[in-house]
Amino acid sequence: MKLYLKGLRAGIPIGLGYLSVSFTFGIMAISMGFSWWEAVIISAVTLTSAGQLAGIGVMVVPGQYLTMLISQLTINMRYSFMSVSLSQKVSPKFKGIKRWLLGFFMTDEIFAVASNEDEVEPKFFLGLSTLPWIGWTLGTLLGTIIGNALPPVIMASLCIAIYGMFLAIIIPPAKKSKSVLIVIAISALLHCCFYYLPLLREIPSGISISVCTIIGAILGAIFFPIDSSKEEKTNA
Amino acid sequence: MPDFWIYLLILAGSTYLIRAVPFACVKNTIENRFIRSFLYYIPFAVLASMTFPAVIYSTGNIASGIVGLLVGGIFAFLNKSLTLVALFASGAALACELILMLF
Repeated sequence: MKLYLKGLRAGIPIGLGYLSVSFTFGIMAISMGFSWWEAVIISAVTLTSAGQLAGIGVMVVPGQYLTMLISQLTINMRYSFMSVSLSQKVSPKFKGIKRWLLGFFMTDEIFAVASNEDEVEPKFFLGLSTLPWIGWTLGTLLGTIIGNALPPVIMASLCIAIYGMFLAIIIPPAKKSKSVLIVIAISALLHCCFYYLPLLREIPSGISISVCTIIGAILGAIFFPIDSSKEEKTNA
Repeated sequence: MPDFWIYLLILAGSTYLIRAVPFACVKNTIENRFIRSFLYYIPFAVLASMTFPAVIYSTGNIASGIVGLLVGGIFAFLNKSLTLVALFASGAALACELILMLF
């Protein structure tokens, strides 16, 4: 119980952050034509920001199952890396079914806090995940309720909030690392090409995001390979 | 939303598996330098692709989108928290929209 409470406390700032970000997810989902319960269910069972945002973009067009799968696998590939990384730091008690259940909560922020522990206990990890999950789901619900009531001009302005969060994740590391900056620039420019150029413009965004991501990361890995062991801390 | 449940299954299922399978099954560290580097750059590349150029269209008005991007970018550059950057980007976009309405 003590370990659970310790985790719960460590999860407070993450939960508050998720509350505000998922609020804008709820608003965006409503503005794209989803009902409130659809948005809440998506958040409750998926628990990811970039993946859900790309996901609802794919969902508005029927039948794009392969696009959905490919885009989710690419966008969420980083989680498998975090899971591998954290699997090296868990206590001996943290195995079997506990890993299968608690692996669900592997988000960027939960991973970042958990990997600061010397040894991650299952109860600590469950405590750490509790408030972020509640914050994420509740924030989505609030976003859909309040989003319906807000004047359109405020709702439109709030749709930029989630991109603001993405900027806050990528810009500080880009200041410190030239290679990160270059990878960001490559992927961003490439995706602009997919937006504006003929033919490329016809490709669904779920696929183009994946392509631009993979090319950016491959070029980064070829030209700026990183030294092992110290990269996790700066990971977004 | 048509196909909601099938889409949800793919969205939530693939997200869950990509987290849980490596967590439950991988016992050794990845040593390959290329793969480690590739995985390291993935989050930055994903968020860059998702943000550009979608951010400038997110408000439905390019002018307020660009203003929001610039203000958000400046606050992110100053290492402000995620919530604060998101709030200021929205606030700047709203201010821009309201000013445009006056004219």
